[in-house]
Amino acid sequence: MTLPWAEVVEIAARSLGVAAAATFLAALVGLPLGVWLGARPRKGGLGAQVLLYAGMGLPPVVVGLVFYFLLSRSGPLGGLGLLFTPVAMVLAEAVLAFPMVAGFTLAAVRARADGVRRLVRGLGGSERQVLTTLLWESRRPIVAALAAGFGAAISEVGAATIVGGDIRHHTRVLTTAVVLETRKGELESALALGAVLLGVTLVATAILVVWGERR
Amino acid sequence: MIRARGLVRRYPGFELAVEALEVPTGRFVTVIGPSGAGKSTLLRLLAGLEEPCAGAVERRGRVVFLDQDRTVLERSVLANATFGLELAGVRRREAERRVRPWLERVGLADKLRQPAQLLSGGERARLALVRALATEPDVLLLDEPTQALDPGNVALAEALLREAHAQGRALVLVTHNLYQARRLGEETWFLLGGRLVEAGPSEQLFTRPEREVTRAYVAGEMVY
Repeated sequence: MTLPWAEVVEIAARSLGVAAAATFLAALVGLPLGVWLGARPRKGGLGAQVLLYAGMGLPPVVVGLVFYFLLSRSGPLGGLGLLFTPVAMVLAEAVLAFPMVAGFTLAAVRARADGVRRLVRGLGGSERQVLTTLLWESRRPIVAALAAGFGAAISEVGAATIVGGDIRHHTRVLTTAVVLETRKGELESALALGAVLLGVTLVATAILVVWGERR
Repeated sequence: MIRARGLVRRYPGFELAVEALEVPTGRFVTVIGPSGAGKSTLLRLLAGLEEPCAGAVERRGRVVFLDQDRTVLERSVLANATFGLELAGVRRREAERRVRPWLERVGLADKLRQPAQLLSGGERARLALVRALATEPDVLLLDEPTQALDPGNVALAEALLREAHAQGRALVLVTHNLYQARRLGEETWFLLGGRLVEAGPSEQLFTRPEREVTRAYVAGEMVY
């Protein structure tokens, strides 16, 4: 492999950091929204559900393009100076992870909502207690939702390239590095980076799953 | 105590309409009627789990509803049993102290740490009953709590309900078991097609019903 290991570690750490931050942002909005939509007593929010499920197939390059437009110097948020920074990558990847987190959370909560509501309200509990019980009872599928969101963020390349620019020591992540090494004809390096990406994804997901099962 | 007036609940193709009902303090009411008569709907309305399209339900005291689903949470048997008390603000340790004797009585003492999802249907029914009884409600609404229980456990569940009644609690029990309705009830309501056809002292309703359709139903004949 032509890349020094120190640089591989740096790229892997950045990939992990960007994907984790994106998943955190997606969860911040997606979890409450998914719980709220899934727990509604009467089936509703069909439009929101369709949008969320359709959003799971959002093309990353389109998301990247939209963020490029927003963050470019002539764009409405150009003054923030975020284009070609890890922050821009976090924002774009959060948008890609958000439908996964919110959609899977919605489905998990909805599957349990009727039974849990009858149980909690039947025992004299409040609607707030219905929500907290639903959240706790759905913890395992919610962990799966977070894992799906994290997977979407860390494996994404289109948006990361467009808004990050694949700048060495600044915005280069594992996926963009794999593309670069492949284009250079350094297949051995590309394969090694691909293996590192798989390993990082596996370890991070394992940590999430074990954490969820122990709760 | 529960009092209902002018209660109406409509679904597509079904309407439950009951003019007046009362469950006085300490009364044991059994509710009978064929499937689809509106028994479970009535119970959910009385419990406040559903809003009526018209009419009102007045509740005094702590009302607890035991659903026929016997939902168990993804927690241990002990945590499921304490759930109702914890909802009411009782601390976990105190709640555990209170439910342990109940769990021993229903034969679940050796499964306290076991995940409740692994329990059989009959065990879930006993756990659900303990969970409801442990909260010491003023009114307990039960939707077929002994469904699919073996005869020994039916007798145990009935003994627990009788004890609750003897302690002054009001109970409303929906059941398809006419013998059970007669055995346990002080008063019985007969529902058919969403209407309260007849209500009165259980012994009288089962031996000298006022309506021919009630006589036919308690005699085991098909009624629609």
